[in-house]
Amino acid sequence: MRGLRGMLLGLMVSVGAVAGAKAQTVEIEYWQYVFDARVKAMNELIKRFEAANPNIKVKQTTFPYADYQTKIAAAMPAGQGPDVVQLFYGWLDNFVGAKFIQPLPRDAFPPAAIEKEFYPIVSAMKRDGEYYALPTAVRSLALFYNKKLFQEAGLDPNTPPKTVDELLDFAKKTTKRDGAGNMLSAGITLDFPGQDYHWWRETLLRQNGGAPYSDDNKKVTYDSEAGAKSLNWYADLQRVHKVGQVGFMDEGQAAFRAGRAAMTIDGSFRLGAFGGIKAFEWGVAELPASADGKKANFASYWVNGITTKPTGEKLEAAKKFLAFVTTPEAMQLWLETVGELPARKAAAETEKNLNHPIYGPFLKALNYSYATVFVDEMAQRQVSLDMLNRVLLQNQDAKAALAEAAKAEQPILDRFYKK
Amino acid sequence: MNASLSRVDARSGARLFSGLGMRQKQVLWAWSFLAVPVLFYAVVRFYPTLEAFWISTTNWNLLTKPSFVGLANFKRLLADPVFWKVFGNTALYLLLGTPISLLLAFTIAYHLDRVRFLHGFIRALYFLPFLTTAAAMAWVWRWFYQPVPIGLFNNLLAWLGIAQQPFLRSTTQSLPAVLAPAIWAGLGFQVVIFMAGLRAIPNTYYEAARIDGVSNGTILRRITLPLLKPTIVFLVVFSSIGFLRIFDQVYNMTSQTSSDPGGPLNATKPLVLMIYQTAFSSFDMGYAAAQTVVLFLVLLVVSLLQLRLLKDR
Repeated sequence: MRGLRGMLLGLMVSVGAVAGAKAQTVEIEYWQYVFDARVKAMNELIKRFEAANPNIKVKQTTFPYADYQTKIAAAMPAGQGPDVVQLFYGWLDNFVGAKFIQPLPRDAFPPAAIEKEFYPIVSAMKRDGEYYALPTAVRSLALFYNKKLFQEAGLDPNTPPKTVDELLDFAKKTTKRDGAGNMLSAGITLDFPGQDYHWWRETLLRQNGGAPYSDDNKKVTYDSEAGAKSLNWYADLQRVHKVGQVGFMDEGQAAFRAGRAAMTIDGSFRLGAFGGIKAFEWGVAELPASADGKKANFASYWVNGITTKPTGEKLEAAKKFLAFVTTPEAMQLWLETVGELPARKAAAETEKNLNHPIYGPFLKALNYSYATVFVDEMAQRQVSLDMLNRVLLQNQDAKAALAEAAKAEQPILDRFYKK
Repeated sequence: MNASLSRVDARSGARLFSGLGMRQKQVLWAWSFLAVPVLFYAVVRFYPTLEAFWISTTNWNLLTKPSFVGLANFKRLLADPVFWKVFGNTALYLLLGTPISLLLAFTIAYHLDRVRFLHGFIRALYFLPFLTTAAAMAWVWRWFYQPVPIGLFNNLLAWLGIAQQPFLRSTTQSLPAVLAPAIWAGLGFQVVIFMAGLRAIPNTYYEAARIDGVSNGTILRRITLPLLKPTIVFLVVFSSIGFLRIFDQVYNMTSQTSSDPGGPLNATKPLVLMIYQTAFSSFDMGYAAAQTVVLFLVLLVVSLLQLRLLKDR
């Protein structure tokens, strides 16, 4: 017994000695999920940060996306885990509620400056006047179009549709069918579980004068005239005009990549995948406006926040690190490595970026984008998906489908905000 | 100091052991060997099972501390239309899957038993799907079901001049469409077991029957099937549990990269998939545990019923 105690004591002394020797350098831990380009970009940022701050060491730990939230939830209550953590913007309420992250210290991140310098969608990170996290990069949606199919249909390959009416017209012209009427190539992909459900909710619905949720996000408001109009317009692409078909080529992006769809709506994160297309040239355009010129887009982003773990000099180091990864310099690096757009207006809207044929349309969209506040993204997506399926597979009336969806989604919101 | 103490302990331990009787020693040995699996099962199986019962009465969401909510999760479950839909689907998987697969397997085994030409090769062909990863197989079948131009079945229909079928994109056709590869995958295993069962029936019965001039149908009904009962019972239990827990086929055939697992409109969703989604996508652990308890009870009832059947013999 005494042997054991002696050993423990020795161990403690030596640990203390090591810690004492390292007292000058502070080590903080950073967590994010595994996505090659992001990990690479972060490694580069850490290298530059450590060069500028030789007394701070940053340790990056990554987990597969599927385990990521679980790992954080398991580590934090045990006093383990990161000092600076990356999270999806939709998880914020859960993280704040569980006391995983603390409000950003006002001295280093004054709210007024954040509001002036970042895109307005970042306001989704504000709770009771305090910002809890900041993004390095943001993503928005755009229309990808196949120039070769445009040309074959007699359309100008450099003039993408500007309004939803033009979009329908172009889609009709580019759809190809065989003698029996089977679709061979789609005018536009219909992939609701892909990005289309964002397109419907934040773009089409708003263009028709509706809004998906109340301003405080606690009430579903898409069960409206505008909702029915926009849902019918979307469903008619398959039901009436037959310019697209849900499930054609399995997925929208697969159809586009195979050259079997003239247009598809997808996010900036798809640029990497579409970059490998060799068989045809493609272009990017802003999402078509409504007939009266109304534009809307959906933006989403990952943010970095400071956890409740660090105090004292670790907190100071965490503040410095978070400030560093949200500098314009870091954002430009992120754009070039990952393909995601800078979250600061000034860093994003440089002459070079705005005129970039691919980044340009995504960047312009950030000025009129909405970031949906999800409380349970998966469950809420399922509700929208079921709604469209009832319309397309069971011929349910759009109004009834919306009412049923609202009835299913409201309890999800209620359960969350009741807590 | 410590070391010498433990040496003394060991010595006294040895004396204690040699003081035991033969029978006691055997018991001690048996338990010391059993300790590993017992401990393993207690920690990995039984403890989590009991824990699940406790979690099912809480509102734990992984992030916050669980608090006791009584039977609220079960009440919510009973009022949840998705749960009843999913419960019905699970029953359909069981009630369609088990008899169809057993009937098919028996028919194939019965006839294959008489085939001498390339017997081993044909049997291997039937067994092959059983060796394939369920996920890989599900993905291949999923592409079979796609619309023209990439779907094999629809291309065939289009070539024959028949209208395309929606298959996985239909609320009525999707469940059978998912079930088909699941049955196909398990078929090889069942055929092999059936054939072993058939081979185990002594030839003398058949010879005696033939001498008496009994028809083939009667031989099948009076000799083959009754003597095959242990095999049948085993396969019924085995495949019922399999169909009650069906997951990978459904998940892989219906979820896209950005997913509608168990869709469309929950038409193919089994209970296990619902549990998975509630727990690991919505992080609603309490509710997921309540569903698990229900699945446990269903499995228990089905197994007890089938044990009863076994006893009848």
